[in-house]
Amino acid sequence: MEKEQFYYDNKIVKMFLWATILWGIVGMLVGLTVALLFVYPGLLEFAGADNAISWLSFGRLRPLHTNAVIFAFVGNGIFLGIYYSTQRLLKARMFNDVLSRIHFWGWQAIIVAAAITLPLGFTSTKEYAELEWPIDIAVVLIWVIFGINLIGTILKRRQRHIYVAIWFYIATVITIAVLYIFNNLELPVTAFKSYSVYAGVQDAMVQWWYGHNAVAFFLTTPVLGLMYYFVPKVANRPVYSYRLSIIHFWTLIFLYIWAGPHHLLYTALPSWAQNLGTVFSIMLIFPSWGGMINGLLTLRGAWDKVRENPVLKFFVVAITGYGMATFEGPMLSFKNVNAIGHYTDWIIGHVHIGALAWNGFMIAGIVYWLAAKLWKTELYSTKLANIHFWIGTLGILFYAIPLYVAGFTQAFMWKQFNPDGTLVYGNFLETVTQVIPMYAMRAIGGTLYLTGFILLAYNVIKTAKAGSTVEDELAEAMPLKKISGQRIVGEGWHTWLERRTVLFTILTTVAILIGGLVEIVPLILVKSNIPTISSVKPYSPLELEGRDIYMREGCNNCHSQMIRPFRSEVERYGEYSKAGEFVYDHPFLWGSRRTGPDVHRIGGKYNDNWHFNHMLDPRSTSPGSIMPRYSWIIKDNLNASDIEAKMRGLVKLGVPYSEEEIKNAKQSILAQAKEIENNLRQDPEFVKNYGNSNIQNKEIVALIAYLQRLGTDIKANKTALK
Amino acid sequence: MEVVYITIGVSVIVAILFFIAFIISVKSGQYEDTYTPSVRMLFDDELVSEKKEKEQNK
Repeated sequence: MEKEQFYYDNKIVKMFLWATILWGIVGMLVGLTVALLFVYPGLLEFAGADNAISWLSFGRLRPLHTNAVIFAFVGNGIFLGIYYSTQRLLKARMFNDVLSRIHFWGWQAIIVAAAITLPLGFTSTKEYAELEWPIDIAVVLIWVIFGINLIGTILKRRQRHIYVAIWFYIATVITIAVLYIFNNLELPVTAFKSYSVYAGVQDAMVQWWYGHNAVAFFLTTPVLGLMYYFVPKVANRPVYSYRLSIIHFWTLIFLYIWAGPHHLLYTALPSWAQNLGTVFSIMLIFPSWGGMINGLLTLRGAWDKVRENPVLKFFVVAITGYGMATFEGPMLSFKNVNAIGHYTDWIIGHVHIGALAWNGFMIAGIVYWLAAKLWKTELYSTKLANIHFWIGTLGILFYAIPLYVAGFTQAFMWKQFNPDGTLVYGNFLETVTQVIPMYAMRAIGGTLYLTGFILLAYNVIKTAKAGSTVEDELAEAMPLKKISGQRIVGEGWHTWLERRTVLFTILTTVAILIGGLVEIVPLILVKSNIPTISSVKPYSPLELEGRDIYMREGCNNCHSQMIRPFRSEVERYGEYSKAGEFVYDHPFLWGSRRTGPDVHRIGGKYNDNWHFNHMLDPRSTSPGSIMPRYSWIIKDNLNASDIEAKMRGLVKLGVPYSEEEIKNAKQSILAQAKEIENNLRQDPEFVKNYGNSNIQNKEIVALIAYLQRLGTDIKANKTALK
Repeated sequence: MEVVYITIGVSVIVAILFFIAFIISVKSGQYEDTYTPSVRMLFDDELVSEKKEKEQNK
């Protein structure tokens, strides 16, 4: 059999390389900006304190940061590594150049769309799945194109054995597609507004089933695939144990998908589901550490190379970071540890070990190595790369350690009691101001890390300029000898199909699964949304609009709505949250972090004027608060023109609004708004400032209506509350 | 909590698919040799460099 000559597509790899660098800088810059907002809440109030800019507020920028770093930076980074390594491992050019280009430009277009819509407040609020429904559809389409391109390449490979890295890529493609679709099942009510088909507890369950697997199958499995390719390549040593890598792969993918509920320990999620998540999360330490050991031991006998080669330095810290994060993960999944860590900055520290060390440093190493490879030259400056390595490592430490300290400080302050049974830090604000210095140190860490990354950009640009471009790289390999299994079939598509039964079965089953369940899911769920607490009623039209404002502003990024059944929390916030209270919450808004206090029982705790003043200037009611000013909510008129469409949408999802209620929605809004305005006018200060101006049709009124409603459904029955 | 029918159901289906892929990959001999693949991937991929190496070796 003759050797075949063919060309690797280097152009697409370079395109992803530049995108990785660009979005890395953007994502980290947004991250640094939001980190600074913790220290200087007024940092972005360029138009003056009374004219806060809506699209620069923390609640809108934080999802931009997470999405930019996860999907734009790490996303392009994994595509970069996958497009380079897949072609070489399989001895084949990518399946189709057009698909490669559609994948690249489609993905960049999605990122740009996200960067525009998220600051404008178009969000589904579900973490790492915030994008609204039209963009969701685009994500799925582009992802499927990527999948076809990858699996197509596997089908036309010239190397029969599929190296372990490719398996990790396949798992990524299939699992992310399934999870993304199921978590984003939502009913569009307008062009850029949708409601999750799931409500309350169920929505939370699906969200974290997805959320944890975004970590597992977007930030871990593809990067592990890259580790299994690039670490041996750069060290020029075979992987420590290929057998271990296979065990690592199969155990990891079988265990990871069940771990999601550890994000919901001590919440209203049924405890059997919590325990299931805990058990699988703890088991995960075995494959994770197996992988870490396999990666590090690949460098056995080659540690001298680590001293000389900055790329290997990056890899060593990255793999160590992977080991640390995957040790912390199972530990945080123990309920007693989780009781301390959940809602605190510990979690932010934990994820940044994963993001900055594991993902960021893996990608940095790959970018340096590929820059030299792709441009057929030496890296412009090894010294600069070393400087990047050291300030980056320092940046990680400066980022994570203060947040660990902050996390434990918060947890212990939240839970500390006086001998007489009252909370030592009854004012939540004390627990915030206490850790501000830690936030400042975190911002320094972030600055260091970003500086290092900018050095990388400079270094790669210089390298590219010095080198020469080979867009299509010549290679040769023996064509794959056709093996026939049990029977020999003739040429043509049938032969081709027959021998690829497995992959085609997978693809078609996934397709059928998705198509079928998209229709079945809402049907099952509508039935189950029957309230179990009789006093729990759907939101009034004005409250519903207020809830949408709460979502638009991303309040859930800093405020949870889930009081755990601990004495410290019941004492501080009120009766613990019950599953039955959330049956009309499409989507759930439990949050995952308490930068501010929990707000599930905020209803009735303060008067309307307090909320009004607090939104206008949080420092006026709560000195030292780091919450943004929301002056636009007070200035902007409430646009309730879609209220009927919204209510009708929710009816389809099982919320029992009657036709009459929908018809009278606008009148109901006016009546309730008037009532709130009257309440506000009881304060002479308010009358002095606002005179006769019309407040009742401002957005603030809707938000107040929603906040005053929160948690009151069962409050009426519970007299124990203050 | 009817949603667990979906999450567990989908998880099981995905797991079954991977399990089938696992069985077939084992049966087709993907894992019979657990050493060669780790070394094979180290060889330079590009034709140009291969030729250069050959020249150097001569």
